[in-house]
Amino acid sequence: MLFAAVVVVAVNSLPERAEAEYGDVVINELSDDAGMRPVVFPHWFHRIRFRCKVCHGDLGFAFKAGGNEINMVKIIDGQYCGACHDGDVAWSIENCELCHSGQPNTPTQVHHSTVQALINSVQNTEEDEEGVEE
Amino acid sequence: MKHSHARTLVVAITLLAGLTVAAMHGAIANENPNAFNRLMKPASERNAPPESDGIHDPTADGTMMLQSPREAFSNLPKSRSGNYVDWNRAIDDNLLSPRSDIRNADMNAIVLDLNIVREVKGSMPDVVYPHKQHTQWLDCSNCHPAIFIPMKGANQISMASILMGEKCGVCHGKVAFPVSECRRCHSKAKPIDQN
Repeated sequence: MLFAAVVVVAVNSLPERAEAEYGDVVINELSDDAGMRPVVFPHWFHRIRFRCKVCHGDLGFAFKAGGNEINMVKIIDGQYCGACHDGDVAWSIENCELCHSGQPNTPTQVHHSTVQALINSVQNTEEDEEGVEE
Repeated sequence: MKHSHARTLVVAITLLAGLTVAAMHGAIANENPNAFNRLMKPASERNAPPESDGIHDPTADGTMMLQSPREAFSNLPKSRSGNYVDWNRAIDDNLLSPRSDIRNADMNAIVLDLNIVREVKGSMPDVVYPHKQHTQWLDCSNCHPAIFIPMKGANQISMASILMGEKCGVCHGKVAFPVSECRRCHSKAKPIDQN
């Protein structure tokens, strides 16, 4: 009963009230399946410290959420996030929850992006139409 | 036994957080239906701290350790959309100097000061594309030749493709200022028709 209440409240409070920062990237390619919270990458925090070209040029990050096959082995070996998150330039990977801090089941996306808004509006319309049919 | 305690705690926290959000929903529903600026995100809700931004899990320990964007942006120049930060002015005014290299803090960006004017159909002013502001952040190879062929007239661009995340929309509408800021690109008035 309590669990059901929690699930209902949690589901109701998830998508529409999301006010995360513009450009925050949720990466959930592997996390849910691995029993970890999805990663929330704060673009704003990183662009205060580095120009875009550092990650998108020098480190090879594609301009696409979920467009890089990142996994923990690559990060430990110094690729992608691991190029900085090595305990030298930035804190290292034992701080799991600083990255893996997203709400479970949040899909990979660039939050507040125009594309995401278009997808959400299509999905909402489809749900409304389904509601009418019922 | 310990595990069960932890689970009860997590459930309780989740329930509490859920009820808070539900209470917020209630408060919004009870407001004056003709309140000013009903659909806009009020300034008080912008740059929300991670634990209440709806994407971070408030029950994760890490969430509470993250910086709030509101705090980070407090001394940066404001803009009207996106992060509500004027990132380019922040660099021009020396309020930010993001590194161009992971380790070498003294490496400078290679800036190209070259404007490209794109004449557009319809009544909108022509687009002036400034290489300067873009090369402050990016390398030539980030855009050329994969996104934009570096040749005049070689790139077909439409607002529809930008909205779908192509061309300028690879960044604008995702992380750089969104397309609602029409006049920041469409900035060059067309010559007045003499007829």
